[in-house]
Order: sequence, then C-alpha cells, then structure tokens
Amino acid sequence: MNISTTHDFSLEALRAGDRAEFARLVDAFSAPIYRLGLKMLGNTQDAEDILQNTFLNALTHLSDFEGRSSVSTWLYRIAANEALMLIRKRKSNINIEDMQPEDSDDVPLPETFVDWSILPEKELLTNESKSAIETAVKKLPDSLRMVFILRDVEDLSIKETAEILNLTEVNVKTRLLRARMALREQLSSYYAERTRRKETQ
Amino acid sequence: MTDLTHQNCQALLGSLSEYIDGELPPELCKEIEKHLEGCDNCRIVLNTTRRTIDLVQIPSEENPLPDEVRERLFKRLNLDDYLHARE
Ligand SMILES: [Zn+2]
Repeated sequence: MNISTTHDFSLEALRAGDRAEFARLVDAFSAPIYRLGLKMLGNTQDAEDILQNTFLNALTHLSDFEGRSSVSTWLYRIAANEALMLIRKRKSNINIEDMQPEDSDDVPLPETFVDWSILPEKELLTNESKSAIETAVKKLPDSLRMVFILRDVEDLSIKETAEILNLTEVNVKTRLLRARMALREQLSSYYAERTRRKETQ
Repeated sequence: MTDLTHQNCQALLGSLSEYIDGELPPELCKEIEKHLEGCDNCRIVLNTTRRTIDLVQIPSEENPLPDEVRERLFKRLNLDDYLHARE
C-alpha cells in the first residue's frame, strides 16, 4: 500500500480551508498514523492522542506548509514528532535513560542459524507467535523502531523515510539494517525455541 | 560450517537490506548470489530476514482504526458533517 501515490490532494483547497478536502485527507491517513502510534507507544490511548494531535497540528500549520515535500511526508513528519515527543514524556516520567547505542554503525553479527523461514505461514502466525512478533518490535530502540515502521510496515521509500525523520539516506539504511537484524535475531530464537518445545512434547 | 566473521560474510551482511530491497547493481547481486551458494549461514540469515519482514507486514494489512476512534477524531476536528463520507 503506498498512500502517497494513490491519493492526490489539492493543496490549494486544503489551504483555502476546504473542509471536505481535509476530511478526505484525514480518512486517507488516519489508519497509518494510528498504527504508527500503536507500534511506537504500544497502547490505544496514546495512539489516539497522537492521531488527534497530528491532525490538529496539521490544521494549525497548513498555512505554513509550502508544498516542498509531499502532503504524505509532511503529515508523517508531524506524526513521528508527536510520537517521539510522547515517548520522551513517558520516559522522563519514569526517569530511565535509554542507554542503547542507537546510532552506532555496527551491525551485530547474527547468532542464531535456524532456517525457520520454510515453515508454513499457518505455523508462523499462531496467536502466540503474533504476540512474539509484537514484543520483538516493541523491544527495538525507539529510533530503530521508527525507521522500521515507516519503511517496512508503512512501506515508504528510504528517501521518504529520510525526509520524514530529517536523516540522511545512509543513516536510514543503517538503522533499517540494524532493526531488521535485531528482529530477525529475536524471531529466530523464538521459533528455534518453539521448535525444540514441540519436539520434546 | 562457515564463519560469519569471514570477510565475505561481513560484506554480505552489510548490504543485506539493500539486496532484499532490490537496490543493488546487478554485478553486486551476482557476487552476493555466488557467495550465498556456498555459504549456508548467510543463506539462512537472508531467508529468515526476508521472512521477518513479511511477518511484520502481515498484521498491518488489516485496518487498525476502530470506528469510534475515527468518530472522536472527526468530532475533535469539527468535521462531523463528513463522518459518513468515507471513500
Ligand atoms: Zn557467508
């Protein structure tokens, strides 16, 4: 699904205060923005706050938006900032430092070599494994998770992800690789463990 | 048994993402494929990484937005009039 190419919005109408056009925009981007909030914050209340704040913010700043980026990039940027702000707020409340070296260029070496990729989808996607996948995504450092969500969940390009997060494309690629490898490692140990469990039953 | 600290394995890991996304030039792809033929571990890492991406994408194909969340959003934005206009 690539929203930015399937929907065209009239910037002129939006800036002139055309409410029908704005409603169309809201409907086109609500689902991905809500999902981004859910995956970043992990709960529906925060996801709904991010969703509402994103569009309130968009309404307020529509007149400053010059159309140098696409409407999609602009909205995702607002949403990503809302999400990161809320994460920072939540963290300062419980007062823990995120000590993960998020910007290191090192990609950790793979450790688990079990080829679970050949298992049928039905077995890979039991309710138990779905929640293992969710947990694995939640465990990613925030900055890696954000890149991973935009690129692999929302299917945006490297270039658009870089524009949204104000990063270089090289930086996005590095974070994406690290996120994918970290998830692969976690899922590999999960499926390896599950296979062992089945065999001993 | 291959050792992933091997130079070729490390190089492959570094371009794994771009290889999966089809963003590498054909010559480089050929080199990678040649390495993959003889390296079980790298092949496993590639296959499971691809599958990992697939699996994370699958649940997101469903529309995650509950109707009542959409309704509250439209009210908050004073767009009540357009609540039923969903395309
Ligand atoms: Zn190798």
